[in-house]
Amino acid sequence: MSNLIQLNTTSSEPIAKIAENNWLTIQLPASTVEARKQAGKVVLFKLTGEETVTDTQIADTVIPATGKMIVPLSVFIARKEALLSRITSGEIGVWLDTHELLSDLVKNQPDLNVLPIIAVHVERFADGRIFSLGTLLRTRYGYKNELRATGDVLRDQLFFLKRSGFSSFLIRADRSAQDALASLGDFTVPYQGAVDEPRPVFTRYNRAV
Amino acid sequence: MYKYDEIDQQIVDERVKQYSDQTRRYLAGELSDEEFRPLRLQNGLYIQRHAPMLRIAVPYGMLSSKQLHKLADITKKYDKDYGHFSTRQNLQLNWPKLEEVPVILAELATVEMHAIQTSGNCIRNITTDQFAGIAPDEVIDPRAMAEIMRQWSTFHPEFALLPRKFKIAVSGTKQDRAIVQAHDIGMEFYTDTAGKLAIKVWVGGGLGRTPILGSVIREHLEWQHALTYCEAIIRVYNLHGRRDNAYKARIKILVKALGIEEFKNQVEAEWAHLKDAPNTITEAELLRVGKHFETMPYENVAANDAGFDAAIASNPAFAAWVKRCVHAHKQAGYRAVTLSLKPHGKAPGDATSAQMHTVADLAMQYSFGELRVSHEQNLILADVKISDLFAVWEKARAAGLATPNIGLLTDIICCPGGDFCSLANAKSIPIAEAIQMQFDNLDYLHDIGDIELNISGCMNACGHHHVGHIGILGVDKDGSEWYQVTIGGKQGNDASIGAVIGPSFSADEMPGVVQKLIDVYVKERTAEERFIDTVRRLGVAPFKAHVYNKDLSTKTDEVLA
Repeated sequence: MSNLIQLNTTSSEPIAKIAENNWLTIQLPASTVEARKQAGKVVLFKLTGEETVTDTQIADTVIPATGKMIVPLSVFIARKEALLSRITSGEIGVWLDTHELLSDLVKNQPDLNVLPIIAVHVERFADGRIFSLGTLLRTRYGYKNELRATGDVLRDQLFFLKRSGFSSFLIRADRSAQDALASLGDFTVPYQGAVDEPRPVFTRYNRAV
Repeated sequence: MYKYDEIDQQIVDERVKQYSDQTRRYLAGELSDEEFRPLRLQNGLYIQRHAPMLRIAVPYGMLSSKQLHKLADITKKYDKDYGHFSTRQNLQLNWPKLEEVPVILAELATVEMHAIQTSGNCIRNITTDQFAGIAPDEVIDPRAMAEIMRQWSTFHPEFALLPRKFKIAVSGTKQDRAIVQAHDIGMEFYTDTAGKLAIKVWVGGGLGRTPILGSVIREHLEWQHALTYCEAIIRVYNLHGRRDNAYKARIKILVKALGIEEFKNQVEAEWAHLKDAPNTITEAELLRVGKHFETMPYENVAANDAGFDAAIASNPAFAAWVKRCVHAHKQAGYRAVTLSLKPHGKAPGDATSAQMHTVADLAMQYSFGELRVSHEQNLILADVKISDLFAVWEKARAAGLATPNIGLLTDIICCPGGDFCSLANAKSIPIAEAIQMQFDNLDYLHDIGDIELNISGCMNACGHHHVGHIGILGVDKDGSEWYQVTIGGKQGNDASIGAVIGPSFSADEMPGVVQKLIDVYVKERTAEERFIDTVRRLGVAPFKAHVYNKDLSTKTDEVLA
C-alpha cells in the first residue's frame, strides 16, 4: 500500500487521504569523494558537515527517458537543457535537501509553477529547516503546486509540515501512513498565522476578555 | 493575570490528548527513544539521573492561588511532596513517572496550565521581571506583550524544531531585572519620543558553555512588529544556525560568527518581506490582552501605617525581614513581598506542598489571589497592604518562608545539579547548603550586604553562574567533582560576565573560598561599595591572591578547568 498522504483540497472532505505515488524520485549515485567537513566556515554554515554533490555524481545520475520523475536540484540545474521539453510537458519535478538553497532553484527556474511538484527531503526528522523552506516556497516564491515532504517523515511532525505549506507527505517506509493521518488534526485552532492559515487567532475570532 | 478563553483551553486540552497518545505509542514500542525524545522534551519531560523530571510552564512567572494549590496537590500525589522553582520561573518535579505525565498534564489543564515547550529545541517560556506591573520604575507593563508572544510561540510551525533551545525575555523597566542581554532575544519596551510603545531588541545573548551578552539588533521597533521581527530573526537562525554540533548551535554562535552587522542585514532583508504580514499585532489584541493585566482594585489607603511603623521599631526580626524582603510599590500604601525559598541549609528554590498551600493562601488573603515566581527562585506576593505586612510575615515565618536574606549572600541561585540532573558534572545543592551554613549569621550577612552568588552544576549554566557576582561552576575532572569560581559577573543594564579567578576547588574547600572572597571585600570596600563594585574597582588580582595563598596553593595544579 502507498505510504503517501495527500491533503484534500475541498473542505467537504477529510483533511487528507492516502494516495498513489505517481512520481519516481531520482537519486544521486553514491559519491566516491569523501564528505567535506566545513565546520567553522561561516558562509558555509548551511553546508556544515554535509556532503556536496560532485560533477561526477551529477553526470552519472540516471534519468529514465519517460515517465514522471523528481530529480535532485543539482541535477536539475546542471542538466536543465536536456530536460527542457519534459519540463515543459510537466513530467519533471525537483527535490532538494534541507541544506540546499532556494535561491539556487529560483535563479535557474524563475517560474516555479512550471514544476508540478517540489519535494524537500529531510534526512533527520528533527531538522526543522524543512519548515522554513516550505514557508518560503509558498509565501516568498509563490509556489502553488504540490509540495511534498520526503525522507524521515513521521506523523508527529505532520501538523507542522502542513502548516508550513506542505501538501503531501511520504511517510517513512517502516511506518503506517494510515495511522499518521490522525496527527494532521492534532490542533483545531492554532494561535499564529502560518502558510495554511495566514491569519493569527486574534484576527480570525472576536475573542472575549 | 491572563485567563484562558475557550480557544486557549482547547489548545491545552488537545495537547494533553496528543501527548497522551505519543506516550502510549512510546510505551507500545511504536516510537523509538530517539523519536520520542524531542516530543517529550517539548513537553518538559527529561529523563534524569534517578527519574524523569517534568518542567511545568509558569508563563512569565505568573501564578494564581488556584494554580499553586493544584501544583501542591500534584507534587503530593505524583511526586515526593515538593517542587523546585527554576531560574526560568518554571516549576520542576523531580520524581514523576513517565507513564503518569499525561495524567499530570490533564490535571494541569484544569487550571489553565501546561508543560508546552519548557524544554527542547524550540521557543521556551518567555520570562520577565517579577515586579512587572507594580514596580515604581516601570515604564511599560511587559506582561500583555509577553502573553501575546507566548501564544504566538506556542506550536509555531516554522520554529518547531530549531537548531537549539531559544529563550526570549522581555522587560519594561529602566533597571533591567529580566537579564534581557543574556537571552537569545531580549526585548526592552520603552516609550519613544512620539510617546508610542517601542522596543529595543537584543539578540544573541546567552549563558551556557559560551557566555555572551546580546547585541542590539534594533534600537527602535514599533510594538506591532514584535512577532514578525522575531520571525525574521528566528528564520535566519533556523536556516543557518549550526546543526552539526549541539555546543555551537545557539543563535549566539551564529551572530558572533557572522558579526552583528551581517546578521542584522540578513534579518532586515527577511523582515522586509514579513513586515505588516498577518502576524502583525493589532491594537485591538494588545487592548484585549492588556485588560487581563489591569491594575488591581487597590484600596485607597494611606502611604504610611502607624502599626507597621511601631512593629518595625519594636521588632528587629520583622525590621530585618522588611529591609530585605519587602519592596517598593507604585501604589501608595502597598508593597511587594518576596517569600524566600532560600532558608539556610535547604535546596535553593525548593518548596514543599505544604509551603505551596501556605503561599497560595497568603496570596488569596493578602494579594488578590496572585503571585509570581522570580528568576532568582523565590516567590513574590506583589500587592500587599502595608498594614498587612506583619501578619504576612508571621505566617510566612511559621512556614519557613521568611528568611530575611533576599539579595544577600545566602539568596543563592542554584540549579538542581548532580543530585538530580543527568547533564550535571557536579552537585550544586550541597555546595549552596554548605555556603549557607558557613554564613548562617544574619547580622554578618546584612553587613556583607547586596551580593549575588550563583551556582551551576555544569556549563549549561542553568544557575546563571556567569552573571553571579560570585559564580560557581561544577566541572568534571577525571570523574571527580570540582568547582571553578568566577567573580565580577552581573545581571542588569550593566551586565557583565564573570572572570575565572584560577584553578578549581574541591567541594570541601568551597565555603572557605567564598569566605576568603568576602574577607577581601570587607577589608577593601569603601563605605558605599557593594561586593560587585569593589571587584570592578580592584579587579580579580587581590581576591585571587588571598584565595590562593599557601593553604590552598598545594591543590592548584591538580585541576586547570
